[in-house]
Amino acid sequence: MSEVLLEMRGITKTFPGVKALADVSLSVRRAEIHALVGENGAGKSTLMKVLSGVYPHGSYEGQILFNGQEAKFPDIHASEQLGIVIIHQELALVPQLSITENIFLGNEQGKHGLVNWGAAHARARDLLKIVGLNDSTDTPVGRLGVGKQQMVEIAKALSKEVVLLILDEPTAALNETDSQKLLGLLREFKAKGISSVLISHKIKEVESIADTITVIRDGRVVETLDASAGGVNEDRIIRGMVGRDLTHRFPSRTSQIGEVVFDVKHWNIAHPVFTDRLVIKDVSLNVRKGEVVGIAGLMGAGRTEFAMSLFGRSWGHFVSGKAYRNGVETDLSSIPKAVNAGLAYVTEDRKTYGLVLINDVKRNITLANLEGVSSHSVISEPREIRVANDYRDQLNIKCSSVKQIAVNLSGGNQQKLVLAKWLFANPDVLILDEPTRGIDVGAKFEIYTIINRLVAEGKAVIFISSELPEILGISDRIYVMASGQIAAEMPVAEASQETIMKAIMRLGRAGDEGIVA
Amino acid sequence: MTAGTAPTPQIPATPVEANERLMTAISRNIRQFGMLIALVVIVAFFQYTTGGVMLKPQNVTNVFLQNGYIIAMALGMLLVIVAGHIDLSVGSVAAFTGAIAAVLMVNYSMDPIIGVAAALILGGLIGAWQGFWVAYMRIPAFIVTLSGMLLFRGLTLYLLNGQPVGPFPSTFRDIASGFIPELIGTVKDPFGPDELKLTTILLAAILCVALVFMDLSARREQLKYGFEVSHFGQFVAKNAVTVLGIMYLAYRLAGFNGLPEVLVLVGALIGVYMFVTVQTVIGRRIYAVGGNVKAAMLSGVKTKRMVFLVFVNMGVLSAVGGLIAAARFNSATPKAGEGFELDVIAATFVGGASAYGGIGTVAGAVIGALVLGILNIGMGLMGIGIDYQFAIKALVLLLAVFVDVRGKSRD
Repeated sequence: MSEVLLEMRGITKTFPGVKALADVSLSVRRAEIHALVGENGAGKSTLMKVLSGVYPHGSYEGQILFNGQEAKFPDIHASEQLGIVIIHQELALVPQLSITENIFLGNEQGKHGLVNWGAAHARARDLLKIVGLNDSTDTPVGRLGVGKQQMVEIAKALSKEVVLLILDEPTAALNETDSQKLLGLLREFKAKGISSVLISHKIKEVESIADTITVIRDGRVVETLDASAGGVNEDRIIRGMVGRDLTHRFPSRTSQIGEVVFDVKHWNIAHPVFTDRLVIKDVSLNVRKGEVVGIAGLMGAGRTEFAMSLFGRSWGHFVSGKAYRNGVETDLSSIPKAVNAGLAYVTEDRKTYGLVLINDVKRNITLANLEGVSSHSVISEPREIRVANDYRDQLNIKCSSVKQIAVNLSGGNQQKLVLAKWLFANPDVLILDEPTRGIDVGAKFEIYTIINRLVAEGKAVIFISSELPEILGISDRIYVMASGQIAAEMPVAEASQETIMKAIMRLGRAGDEGIVA
Repeated sequence: MTAGTAPTPQIPATPVEANERLMTAISRNIRQFGMLIALVVIVAFFQYTTGGVMLKPQNVTNVFLQNGYIIAMALGMLLVIVAGHIDLSVGSVAAFTGAIAAVLMVNYSMDPIIGVAAALILGGLIGAWQGFWVAYMRIPAFIVTLSGMLLFRGLTLYLLNGQPVGPFPSTFRDIASGFIPELIGTVKDPFGPDELKLTTILLAAILCVALVFMDLSARREQLKYGFEVSHFGQFVAKNAVTVLGIMYLAYRLAGFNGLPEVLVLVGALIGVYMFVTVQTVIGRRIYAVGGNVKAAMLSGVKTKRMVFLVFVNMGVLSAVGGLIAAARFNSATPKAGEGFELDVIAATFVGGASAYGGIGTVAGAVIGALVLGILNIGMGLMGIGIDYQFAIKALVLLLAVFVDVRGKSRD
């Protein structure tokens, strides 16, 4: 048996218009903990999906050698047969089913279509012992906390005789104690000869546990660090993750910043179901006329939850906090009230929350401001078409006509469509949540240009993004959010990718409760 | 009915270009006009198999007398389904509201106007009750209206004491079986044995002129702003077929007793609901709620209120259906309205509404109701047994939705 368990050679994976992975090579040794780090969208998850067969053989270029033999997985089942098990960021458990039922879901214990529940529970109990849970095996998974659910996922992986365990951000939703438990478990597995690939944003964690660290950036492997040899610390890893030149260009802007137009003080929001769990903790933030304020942070930092809770309490359970418009306290308790107060929230999930995909372009543009194209509640189609054509030209939305159905537009054009809807509602404060996610560089530039034009017109923009270069390129001032709190505030002149990352890590290290997205 | 028709070929400038334009026009309109074509085919089929009996004036009149309440209720069901919900209770609500009107008019000898008003108000309240549970308490409409189906059937039995109540004053009966008075006179049908009622012909002609005028001015306005409009030939063809359709219908009705009152009522409702769904803010919001409730909510639409109002509307239109049905049978019975919900829901889906919400037209729902109604009458005329009739209607429903879903997935 050779020492190398897995070797991925020259993996290239392209999606229409995007090269997600370019000539990536990765090698995992037997009984090693291999960390995969990189920014959001760097290609970590894509690489793991290639490995586990989510993207089948033939949909990518390159070669996968497992145990020295070439593997061509047509689906996840094929990779599981060889003992490669992936645990996704979003847990794949059925909350209503018991622990036993979840562990053996799709792999039921028994013969001839009958389940042998006695054997199943007994095996489940053994597996639970390994992962350190002593809950009853017939407890519904939904009654367990997130930490324990994560352990059930791992028990499920163990039931498949795992050789290589892949964990995608396993500790993102866990608190410090649960995270430590999980990491301890990985060390035990290592002692038993099981290898793990750990994808994580918590650099501290990576530093403490990984034997080898591979840094991925923009779909390429930047470097592979041998952590066991020493000399690898947090700063070293962060530099590898973010140390690129700016690949996007940003249109220049001379900021004309005026008075504070929107001010949020001591904003506290609890989880919508578990209302005793605070998700947004004492957030205070303001934005001035003509200013772009960036909110930086990693996925799950609570930025979207914060923004949506501001916008008519459309997320979570409101606990406390005050909002001021031009110094006057404002009621934002419903979406129509927030719209009336001059707020607009451009969602990060344009398909689910932004557009009525089965409706045409013009109907989507006018939806938030039908009063603008109607008199006495009767819509004037000519007016509507004129408005729609106007915004199509202004934002350069590429569509055959404004009567085209939104579902057929490209991602960038859909994004511009959501933006057009809110521009027509004529807000003073725009909250843009990841407005450039998943769109190409050209469309990104157009979005930045629109933002510049908006602030030049005296609007205020709150810009949420996980891409640090983008936040640095577009903002006048930056708030850093982590674990539902403001970790730092800095003018863009004093901000760098390192200072932002450090602010996030500093808060992460304080050992607070993790948030649940 | 103001539904248009499939565009017919124009004299082409260049054959290829005209063909292309025709093909895009057809594919764009195929969903809208597919059912209309199916309707014409079905009518032609029965006309052939019954040896010309299907289109006799009396049978044409019967199509409307027998299906008026289905069409009225289908208008409400369309909005419910477009909003992404369902209402199984419409048959029971129709029975209950019809029974209230009957008891007031017969047992308490009240004026029909009071009976009708009471039924409509009760329908609205029932809709509010169900809308409250669906919209604000987030109970699935299927459950709420299944419960309503039982509840209002029970209340009907209680109210009527298990006995039919009737007969009604003639002013009330006329809602369903009356005809408009003849003001001008009659003339011998040049193509047939019947005497033609001229008032009916005249009203149809006025309707045609109004429709063509409206379409023309809409087109002019679009041209004025420089928007793309359909080819002029296509425009003429569409209006020509609309006019011919209406005039033929009027000609047939005029050969029997003239224009049925119920058709006037239902026609007015169709016009109102076409306007509401296409032209008004509230109509637009209902479609947005059904298309993507989260996006609609985040755009500031009061989604719960929309759903609530849609159910209130359904309740009122169920009462309209219940009144027409009671008037037609000249009594309110404990079993009235049984199975209405199936006909009404089927009509809406046959007419192209999407089971996932957000898609559907008034014209489609009306055509769907007519397709089912004509199937009933045609199969009856052919002497097909009720057992086969159910099976055939079932397959038509499945086929229509299948074609619709296939068409959509190909887009």
